[in-house]
Amino acid sequence: MLYLDKVNYIYQKGTAMEMPALHDVTLEIGDGEFIGIIGHTGSGKSTLIQHLNGLVRPTGGNIYYNGRDIWDEDFSRKELRTKVGLVFQYPEYQLFETTVEKDVEFGPSNMKLPKLEIQMRAFEALKTVGIGEDLYDVSPFDLSGGQKRRVAIAGVLAMKPEVIVLDEPTAGLDPCGRDEILEAIDRIRKERKITVVLVSHSMEDVARYVDRLIVMDHGSVRFNGPTHEVFQNYAELEKIGLAAPQVTYLTAALINRGIPLPGIATTVEEAREMLRAVTGVK
Amino acid sequence: MLRDITLGQYYPADSVIHRLDPRVKLTATLLFIVSMFLFHTFVGYAIAGICLAAVIVVSKVPFRFMMKGLKTIWFLLIFTMVFNIFLTGGTVIFEWKFIKITEEGLSNAAFMGFRLFFLIIGSSLMTLTTTPNQLTSGMETGLRWMKKIHVPVHEIAMMMSIALRFIPILMEETDRIMKAQQARGADFEEGKLKDRIKALVPVFVPLFVSAFRRANELAMAMEARCYRGDDGRTSMKPLKYKRRDGISYLLLAAYIALIIVTDKVVLALL
Repeated sequence: MLYLDKVNYIYQKGTAMEMPALHDVTLEIGDGEFIGIIGHTGSGKSTLIQHLNGLVRPTGGNIYYNGRDIWDEDFSRKELRTKVGLVFQYPEYQLFETTVEKDVEFGPSNMKLPKLEIQMRAFEALKTVGIGEDLYDVSPFDLSGGQKRRVAIAGVLAMKPEVIVLDEPTAGLDPCGRDEILEAIDRIRKERKITVVLVSHSMEDVARYVDRLIVMDHGSVRFNGPTHEVFQNYAELEKIGLAAPQVTYLTAALINRGIPLPGIATTVEEAREMLRAVTGVK
Repeated sequence: MLRDITLGQYYPADSVIHRLDPRVKLTATLLFIVSMFLFHTFVGYAIAGICLAAVIVVSKVPFRFMMKGLKTIWFLLIFTMVFNIFLTGGTVIFEWKFIKITEEGLSNAAFMGFRLFFLIIGSSLMTLTTTPNQLTSGMETGLRWMKKIHVPVHEIAMMMSIALRFIPILMEETDRIMKAQQARGADFEEGKLKDRIKALVPVFVPLFVSAFRRANELAMAMEARCYRGDDGRTSMKPLKYKRRDGISYLLLAAYIALIIVTDKVVLALL
């Protein structure tokens, strides 16, 4: 679906303040995948995802959407942005309308859809993220932090994108709010069979939801593979300022002490199954 | 895009000019601007040009970097020159239909052009070699005497430094909000003027909201650190004149004297 071919990006190219941000990033994002991107601060994650919907033009390399170069002259990047929905970090800072409903309608109305369709989409998106009808006519600035975040995500969902990219959607939320948002995203993915790209700092969240994990380090892709396999390299991950889920360390320690587990686990559920199998306790 | 503006930008380098006391640089810039109006012949420009060039070389700021700051005012420069060429009366040297070019017009245009050019290069040299913080602390210390006539010097300086500090932050924020709205299908490049202005609403509302939020947070943070104006406030790096600052003041006086004397001499000779 999306293919990045040796993408390079340098901030302020050609000045004394050149800053390389991406180096030869080659990636493929397939239909219906749930992909996670992790990396330390400044590793190029945010820059990378801004390339996916053509907000930033690479200084080298090409990006293809369904086989077409998105920087071709006759390619509509405005349309691409409705197909590849991007939710920025702290998306609540982009709310501007007078009511929640109008704000969510901003995206679909930019697509020049019929009025009824716009409203239908807004209602549907708000329902998906769990915002009740009683809040539709409230000013978005009067909502709580978690509600604002969900309204902002609904604003992107209402465009019905085929790919949805989320930059740390759970940053600064309490555990309950985090689970709600991640559950909603997982549900939409299954219902609509869309592709999701999740940038996260929480190894637990990534291990729980994501099928494939991309690890960024200093602007390059360091690891790219099934989540479980990538976390096998937890020692290397630590060297680049990351870590594996807590339960991975626990299972690794158990193996070291001679408990014959079949391998390390990345989620608590997986560890529980392993321990049950080994100990025979139900 | 927004980050290309060099006017008012600091260029980090290790030079005598960078190390000078900001009060010296402020005075020098002020006097340089005044000196631009003290002479009547091009000899004055030659002297000012040589002195300015010398300071630029010593400052280690690449000349090309300075010229970038001029980009934004090219229009103003050309505008002034064109007006002077065509709208000054005097001895006609070229005439075509309603267009008249006079000798005085040409020399006026050149004079004004040079003056603007020098003014901008001169003042951007100050901002390029002085950090905003140094600049405001220079102003605060240099103008402290005005407190006696009830001018709130400290408050003004504090407001200035906060404003300067927030410029890059707000620019980055604008960039981010614009991108976020573009991701929701907003279009800032196409459409009629009316549509384009309307398209800015989704940018400005969140920008204002976040500016107020930041201002609130900053006020809270300042209060948490017991800020209460300048009564009894001391500075971590108090400004103290050094030898090089004294020498600079002498050179500055010499420059002004030279400009005035040569102008008198040249005028007498003509």
